Amino acid sequence: MSNQTWPLWEVFIRSKAGLSHKHVGSLHATDEDMAIQNARDVYTRRNEGVSIWVVESKHIVASAPEEGDMFEAAKTKVYRHPTFYDIPEEIGHM
Amino acid sequence: MEQQQVLFDYILRIADNALILGHRISERCGHGPSLETDIGMTNVALDLVGHANMLLEYAAEVENKGRTADDLAFLRDTREFKNALLVEQENGHFGDIIVRQFIFDTFNYYFFEALCESADEQLVSIAKKAIKEVSYHFKYSAEWVIRLGDGTEESHGKVQEALNELWAFSGELYTSDSLDKDAVKHGFGVDLDAIKVKADKRIEYILKEATLTLPEEGWMHRGGKQGKHSEDLGRLLAEMQWMQRAYPGMNW
Repeated sequence: MSNQTWPLWEVFIRSKAGLSHKHVGSLHATDEDMAIQNARDVYTRRNEGVSIWVVESKHIVASAPEEGDMFEAAKTKVYRHPTFYDIPEEIGHM
Repeated sequence: MEQQQVLFDYILRIADNALILGHRISERCGHGPSLETDIGMTNVALDLVGHANMLLEYAAEVENKGRTADDLAFLRDTREFKNALLVEQENGHFGDIIVRQFIFDTFNYYFFEALCESADEQLVSIAKKAIKEVSYHFKYSAEWVIRLGDGTEESHGKVQEALNELWAFSGELYTSDSLDKDAVKHGFGVDLDAIKVKADKRIEYILKEATLTLPEEGWMHRGGKQGKHSEDLGRLLAEMQWMQRAYPGMNW
């Protein structure tokens, strides 16, 4: 394959202090091992991360922006938010 | 030869390999076949120049004649450079560059691994820092040789041709001369025969994965380590050194 036909991969990096992998961008690579190597070269040059996930872009299933209606119901249901209790101080941060 | 002189010359060989190869790769910065390989290779160049800096700083200290690492990098002439001929070879296409890299990285990895056991504490400290990056280069160039060798007919052909051409520069890396033997005797040098055994096994394994044929043992170029270089180095230094020579003592 020429590099015009290399698959596209989405890259997720978790930083040293972070708890979750964040999407940082995408790159092309011939296969999954090269994708990890390329991600390390392109996205961790400035000590951005300690863990890399790569996923072929075609495997990502995403909601469409036009489907905003999908989230409409949540906007008017304030009773789903857990903000009506007084949390005793001894419990600390939840 | 006096021990400090042996040490100085020995460090220059390691430093010059890193400096000259780092510069060669940097010539292709912005010209890589893809964004990812451009950044990847430029990172390798930066790592190598970083190693050269650490080593030249130490060399200047050992020489103790008031020269700095910059003086050693930018004011020496071709005959004073002690790099192996492999690293001054001109860049060709990506296949040429990655095969040159593969031959060098294989040597460099086992060399630095052994240098971590040197009797010289400073060399050990430098080696321990450098080996982290060299391990990555070792893996990176091997992976690319496999992808290109076991790739398309075109990539296989180009990489096999590059290997056939560059193989004659591999021998010098593992050939001990009197300086190497003195360095080993003093305890700080690396036994090149010992690391060649490991390197040969590794190269055989990677080339097999890459479906490439190891060229037959034949003539090996020599002379770089002793300061006898090709015109290529002259042209490289003309570009690398001209600013320091045109504006001596310049600062940013």
